[in-house]
Amino acid sequence: MTRTEPVPGAVVGPRLQDAVGPYFGEFGGRFVPEALVAALEELDAAWASARHDPDFVRELDELQRTYTGRPSPVTEARRFGAEAGGATVLLKREDLNHTGSHKINNVLGQALLTRRMGKTRVIAETGAGQHGVATATAAALMGLECVVYMGEKDTERQALNVARMRLLGAEVVPVRTGSRTLKDAINDAMRDWVANVDTTHYLLGTVAGPHPFPTLVRDLHRVIGVEAREQVLAGWGRLPDVVAACVGGGSNAIGIFHAFLDDPQVELLGLEAGGDGVDTGRHASSITGGAPGVLHGARSFLLQDEDGQTIDSHSISAGLDYPGVGPEHAWLHATGRARYEPVTDADAMAAFALLCRTEGIIPAIETAHALAGALREGRRLGPDGIVLVNLSGRGDKDVATAAQWFDL
Amino acid sequence: MTTGTRPGTDARTRTAAQAVDDALADGRAALVGYLPVGFPDLDTSVEAMVALARNGCDVLEVGVPYSDPVMDGPVIAAAAHEALAGGTRVAHVFEAVRAVREAAPDTAVLVMTYWNPVARTGVDAFARRLADAGGAGLITPDLVPDEAGEWLAASEAHGLERVFLVAPSSSPARLRSTAAASTGFTYAASTMGVTGERTSVGAGAADLVRRTREAGAARVCVGLGVSTPEQAHEVAAFADGVIVGSALVRALAGSDGGPGGATAAGALAGRLAAGVRRGGGAAG
Repeated sequence: MTRTEPVPGAVVGPRLQDAVGPYFGEFGGRFVPEALVAALEELDAAWASARHDPDFVRELDELQRTYTGRPSPVTEARRFGAEAGGATVLLKREDLNHTGSHKINNVLGQALLTRRMGKTRVIAETGAGQHGVATATAAALMGLECVVYMGEKDTERQALNVARMRLLGAEVVPVRTGSRTLKDAINDAMRDWVANVDTTHYLLGTVAGPHPFPTLVRDLHRVIGVEAREQVLAGWGRLPDVVAACVGGGSNAIGIFHAFLDDPQVELLGLEAGGDGVDTGRHASSITGGAPGVLHGARSFLLQDEDGQTIDSHSISAGLDYPGVGPEHAWLHATGRARYEPVTDADAMAAFALLCRTEGIIPAIETAHALAGALREGRRLGPDGIVLVNLSGRGDKDVATAAQWFDL
Repeated sequence: MTTGTRPGTDARTRTAAQAVDDALADGRAALVGYLPVGFPDLDTSVEAMVALARNGCDVLEVGVPYSDPVMDGPVIAAAAHEALAGGTRVAHVFEAVRAVREAAPDTAVLVMTYWNPVARTGVDAFARRLADAGGAGLITPDLVPDEAGEWLAASEAHGLERVFLVAPSSSPARLRSTAAASTGFTYAASTMGVTGERTSVGAGAADLVRRTREAGAARVCVGLGVSTPEQAHEVAAFADGVIVGSALVRALAGSDGGPGGATAAGALAGRLAAGVRRGGGAAG
């Protein structure tokens, strides 16, 4: 991965980009059963070694170019931009990656690490199925056994992706505990990992979880922002005013934010799933509507009651339907470096429809939250503004949900 | 039996360390029994804990039901879910501890909890309320000593015991640091996995107990997978205490084919208590 040159106006001194965990400010850490500590230490060491190993870097880079299809292009959404106050809206096209989302970036890196650690089996959790499909894909490519945990509710609303995973040779385990969504899939994946850690790597799909996952997954996604920053500078002659991305666990957002962290003139905007509205209690806005606490191995913002019990989240998007968020986002929020705002189901679906009809692109419903944020920001900035949106995934998997929403 | 004192708290509070030491002096391993508060309801859970105490449990693990119990297998996870659905709150845990202490003063009471309910309540506030209720300390399945700064301070301030876990995968350095941070006893997870009954206790359990003792642990109790008097007897031969959870929850629920309820859980505790006697056969 290349490091871009600093631009005028960039901060001098300790760079936000250099934060590596285990803590980001007061967030992060390793709140896990002792049985997992050895595996986390092994993973930490394996990544520290691999990321500086020319052979590893070369192999990952080649896979990114020849298998994923990197670099992904930046598309100017002119007709969409006209609806967004006339601002320049730029789409970083992670939806054009193999398997249809940004998730493949992380998965290929971790699958290579799995092989490097001598493990033969990967497990993963998935909400919308994008991470599960990406994991099943990488496992097939590298000859690894693959088990994907998925909330039963999500297997129903994302049936297409369940079929894809099974076609790719993965075992999909419907999780019937708790809210039967992503949070419970993570619980079951962690139980599996505790029992099978000798042979198994937990291929975590977002920038949450215990150290080193938030750092590792971010490092594997930072290519999104590195490319986008260069592409915007080359094509539009300056940095964007706003970088917008949807935030569930936060992997696509941190991937595109990271290269801009030390460009203070660039506003970073994370769009959380506002569901029916944060005031209604039916939402998945962990930062806007949550409080600091410990879930799934890290201290971060989460939806919880006064006893520390996790509150079930709600979103029309299975991929954002998670009551926690990665610790680096919690830190960026606490320091004010990034803003986090909710987008309701209704606003997300309106932006979803608009992109379909103005640009001929069907986005993932997750991504539609970022597009709704871009509409707001474009209208605020006006025609001189540049808004860069991470188009994190394509919407094929969401067509049934959208058809139901729009009564098609 | 001896009772201990600690600053600023109920002089009658009995520690897990004392309970284990007394059992060893009696020529047997200690029996540690787990039940979650609020399953199947608050009153029955307290009644069952008292029944465990009266039928030979030296230490009770009073479980805080938690929404995301990643270290627990299906039996305990389902019980926790039912307890929460029934309205169990953290405040009920302190009520349960107090009630059990009053009914069974010779039994040490530890609270087993995932970390977020403690963090959310406030670590010092949780510790103070636990000490006030007569609790001996905490078992923390998802808090390793590395992250436990606040808890180390609060447990010192309130005279509470800290039970941390070691696992077969723990390195010698981690065994040393965990043993050094633990008071009361060190909890050895017999196998890599979550709570639940198994047909055999991990073959590595005896080795883990030996390594943990060599790393400096004064008392090592073994949990995960122990469910029968025979297994309890087997573990008692090499450990200072035997920890049973899922089997007691199943007995309480009646899901092991028996009648269920506090009496059934107490009866199983009695058979397990016979099992932890060293030498001779396991009484069934």
